[in-house]
Amino acid sequence: MKYAYYPGCSAESTARDMNQSTLAVVKALGIDFEEPRGWTCCGATAGHQTNRLLSVSLPAANLTKVQDMKLDMVVNCAACYNRMKVANHEISSHPAIRQGVRDALDRDYDGSVKVRHLIEILLEDVGLPTIIKSLKRSLNGLKVACYYGCLLVRPPGILKFDDAENPKSLDRLVTAMGGKSLDWPCKVECCGGGLSLSRTDVVVELTGGILEMAAAAGADCIAVSCPMCQVNLDLRQQDINKQTGKNYQIPIVYITQLLGLCLGIGPGDLGFEKLMVPATNVLKKVEANSHE
Amino acid sequence: MITIKNKKNGPGLKSAIEEISGVDISVCFQCKKCSSGCPVGKLAKTRPSEIMRSLHLGAGDELLASDLVWMCASCETCSARCPMGIDVAAVMDALRRLAIERGAPKPEGNVPLFNRAFLKTVETFGRSYEIGMITAYKLGTGKLMNDTEKFPAMLKKGKIALLPPKGGDKQTVKRIFKKIKESRGPKA
Repeated sequence: MKYAYYPGCSAESTARDMNQSTLAVVKALGIDFEEPRGWTCCGATAGHQTNRLLSVSLPAANLTKVQDMKLDMVVNCAACYNRMKVANHEISSHPAIRQGVRDALDRDYDGSVKVRHLIEILLEDVGLPTIIKSLKRSLNGLKVACYYGCLLVRPPGILKFDDAENPKSLDRLVTAMGGKSLDWPCKVECCGGGLSLSRTDVVVELTGGILEMAAAAGADCIAVSCPMCQVNLDLRQQDINKQTGKNYQIPIVYITQLLGLCLGIGPGDLGFEKLMVPATNVLKKVEANSHE
Repeated sequence: MITIKNKKNGPGLKSAIEEISGVDISVCFQCKKCSSGCPVGKLAKTRPSEIMRSLHLGAGDELLASDLVWMCASCETCSARCPMGIDVAAVMDALRRLAIERGAPKPEGNVPLFNRAFLKTVETFGRSYEIGMITAYKLGTGKLMNDTEKFPAMLKKGKIALLPPKGGDKQTVKRIFKKIKESRGPKA
């Protein structure tokens, strides 16, 4: 199983923990990842809020690199995954956009490179039975609120990732690892995304609501697969506690960090030390399970 | 609430927004599902369904100053739930692009400045560079020390990269930015 792995800019900065745990997990499962040489930014939210052709050309610069590798592209960052798939859709359905991209890149691209999310690879290509066979530890007794956010599931017509209103992919992984995936109402609510610095007030309000529901559901941790969701929920917990007098201490962990632990990989190789709200409760529980 | 000011002075924004977004605004029948699901609707003075209705009624440039234009987090819940399949999020993108083009008043929090700072680092390094972007944004807002108390802990934990990214194909990215500045089309 070999794929072209597009890490995305966050993977080198605020989501190094996501990248580190992703690479550790795929290595343990025998999946081969190769980075496209010289990959560049997808443009993210700033790109599509500014200029349509820019928002398509920036992902296309990477899609053409992957086309040359003759592999499917795998993305773990929900934002990059979203922009890559939307770019493919725009290019294949609007000839004027395709022409514009051709001018910008000095190369024609038809929008045909297959873009997949890491979760899809895990569930569809590797499969739960194989994953379960590889597990060395369990999340038994751990209550996990799976949080998908926006960019993994919307726009549903283009992304076609799971059910857009009640996705279950992450929940299936948590259940396979022996954890208790919680039924809670904020799976696809918005955390405020890219407004983290420019409208911190909005982000604090939105993440505050999400944490409130996760706490009410009794979550020991929230599992995510998007760097923006992770940073907003993790980093802003302190601000929310200060502003509201609450005392949330809910670790925001990447699903790959949980999977890595269960595959027997040490927390130091999964970037656990980078979390702002320490995941001590998660690590203790998994450790205790391994002695039972 | 939006007050429509210049109905008599021109055709309004509807056709321009429809052209940029590729959306047929006239099929909206005001069910308000977009507003019900909008996560920032309850925080903003305007709602997505009001934006849609105002466009119908011939609203002009005053719509570009609505707070929702730049409070919208691009979560796309509105588009996903619209029973008529209207891409409301694309309408919001079109409003933002037009707001930049026509020099609409600076919004609170200055998201356009943030976007410029972000894209500048991409143009320079081929990949986004968070510390560079944050510095440029904060210098631009004049509130350099706002919200910086977390940086020491983030740097210590390795949660943010200090140095600019390396290895990106800068040449291609520079070409893209140059071409887009030159062309400004197809309807950017």
